[in-house]
Amino acid sequence: MATILIIGATSTIAHATARHFAAEGARFFLVGRSASKLDAVRDDLRVCGATDAETYALDLTDLDKHPAMLDAATAALGTLDMVLIAHGSLSDQAACEASVARTMEEWATNCTSVIALLTPLANQFERQRHGTIAVISSVAGDRGRKSLYVYGAAKAALTTFLEGLRGRLSAAGVAVVTIKPGFVDTPMTAHVPKNFLFTPPERVAQDIHRAMTRGTAVVYTPWFWRYVMLLLRAVPDPIFRKLPI
Amino acid sequence: MASRTKYESWGRYPAVVPRVIVPIQWRNDLPDLASLPASILPYAYGRSYGDSCLNAGGVALDVKGLRRFIHFDAETGLLQCEAGVLLADILDQFVPRGWFLPVSPGTKYVSVGGAIANDIHGKNHHRAGTFGRHITRFELVRSSGERLLCSPDEHTEFYRATIGGLGLTGLITWVEMRLKPITNAYIDEEQIRFGSLDEFLALTAESDVTHEYTMSWADCLFGGEGYVRGHFIRGNHNSSPELADQPPPRKPSIGLPVDLPGALLNTWAVKAFNTAYYHRQRARLVRKVIPYEPFFYPLDAITNWNRMYGARGFLQYQCVVPFDHDNAAIKEIFTRITRSGEGSFLVVLKTFGDLPSPGMLSFPRPGITLALDFPFHGARTLQLLETLDGVVRASGGAVYPAKDARMSVESFEAFFPQWRAFACHVDPRFSSSFWRRVTRTTR
Repeated sequence: MATILIIGATSTIAHATARHFAAEGARFFLVGRSASKLDAVRDDLRVCGATDAETYALDLTDLDKHPAMLDAATAALGTLDMVLIAHGSLSDQAACEASVARTMEEWATNCTSVIALLTPLANQFERQRHGTIAVISSVAGDRGRKSLYVYGAAKAALTTFLEGLRGRLSAAGVAVVTIKPGFVDTPMTAHVPKNFLFTPPERVAQDIHRAMTRGTAVVYTPWFWRYVMLLLRAVPDPIFRKLPI
Repeated sequence: MASRTKYESWGRYPAVVPRVIVPIQWRNDLPDLASLPASILPYAYGRSYGDSCLNAGGVALDVKGLRRFIHFDAETGLLQCEAGVLLADILDQFVPRGWFLPVSPGTKYVSVGGAIANDIHGKNHHRAGTFGRHITRFELVRSSGERLLCSPDEHTEFYRATIGGLGLTGLITWVEMRLKPITNAYIDEEQIRFGSLDEFLALTAESDVTHEYTMSWADCLFGGEGYVRGHFIRGNHNSSPELADQPPPRKPSIGLPVDLPGALLNTWAVKAFNTAYYHRQRARLVRKVIPYEPFFYPLDAITNWNRMYGARGFLQYQCVVPFDHDNAAIKEIFTRITRSGEGSFLVVLKTFGDLPSPGMLSFPRPGITLALDFPFHGARTLQLLETLDGVVRASGGAVYPAKDARMSVESFEAFFPQWRAFACHVDPRFSSSFWRRVTRTTR
């Protein structure tokens, strides 16, 4: 059975994904900001079939604390077969435009904290010569939209980082999975009016579980976002600027 | 399914909306209920038919985020889970491990919290009583912020008021219930045709002893007034260990993508359907071993079957009338429905047993219960149901609040004379469209 480190484990998508691995009897090390929420997720995964699950509360933007957390994860699980990095925050674009500090904070949450985790994890996986590193990026990184470019740019940087990492680690037999969800109906998007493009997190989790199991390079979820973004990328800039998105 | 919530009830009548929606994600990180700007009602999947799950102009506490399991004891079958967990989630998780719901309604897409709030019943009422009887504990959060652990021994009054309490006593955050062991996922089913109410009652009397699950589909539009025919369905859990490692194949459910035109469901169509349904089985008795899902949840195969009734919605009517020597009340009800020509596809008929529920405001009581849909045709539909209420009132029975959108204040007080004692336990900040209607309050 697989050992899985999940960072941002209290996110709805991460939890729904973990349930699939729990059904297979996986062992978990769950990292998130709130101890009580991590406990709720851990209890659920245990009922759903997880062989074991440990929790570790941590503010992920505190980069100095990453090494201790990663040591604890390795100590608890032995080798890490998989890691899923799922934390993030849907930036308030207007607030970011008004504040450098806020923009940097959003970047810390959505990009630099992830890169900080990936650097030692990549080395560890390269040494052990097996495993899967999966990271939740976003379709928002495929093109810079005026309504969400701070978030989009952070995710774009992440996507590019992962693309390079995939190239490097493929020689070691390690899969790097870039997950690009579209609009998902989670607490992250609770304030956004819902339309037909929104997907329940359970559906997205199914796709992520499959992609992590197979080691798929890039997964759009649901699948149609690949074509939506293909289309959007094809729109010439003078027109794109005028789109109300 | 959980997404794109519209905060309507299953019957889509009345069409009213809450003013504010407050999503609840974590049971230990709740908003301050006392500071919410209007009266509060928990809302999950909206499977109550009428207005008992609606709070026009108020706050809907959306508890779909409370969908986690907490603990399961494989020795005793005690399951602890959050209140927004679907019965379907429990079945998916525990049927393969040999456990089943102690009481199962006609759909698995209801929350555990809602199952308590309506103290639901199922095909095994004569053996198991209501859902509330199998609830060992739950946590109730009041708007004061107080968290009450309610059980038959602790905060007993709130335990009894909350079971069947229509979500009015506070927010249920988590629940502990007792699952029951099964050998496999199959049911030994028998379907028997009957041609009269007396035949139905004889079958019931016989089957309540031999079968854990009983119910009937009846057609009351055929033949003369007061004439009833139908299919009696009874079942027991299959006990063959060989079937334990043969999980039933998963069938995808289909959905109705649009509302059907209401006019499609005219009397002729309904009569034709009922006749075809009655004659689909030629032998008097048919025995089958079938997976539990088509046995318990035949309508769940069509995700949005409520859209069949068109945009105006429909009213489901479920009442119970006590047993009496000549069953005059139930015959009277059938006669009125036949005469009106309003009836729906099929009537569900079942008898309730005498196991008492802990719930103060619970609906089931010993007698015959009948449920059927009426497409909403405005005043004439409401008039007919008011007439039926009169018959039920005179018989000493009751109408089910979970399915109601129109019963009068007088009817409510007659059906639930204990309502004043219950009302003392209603949270001062909680209310619903139903509650304001039947108690003539405005808050």
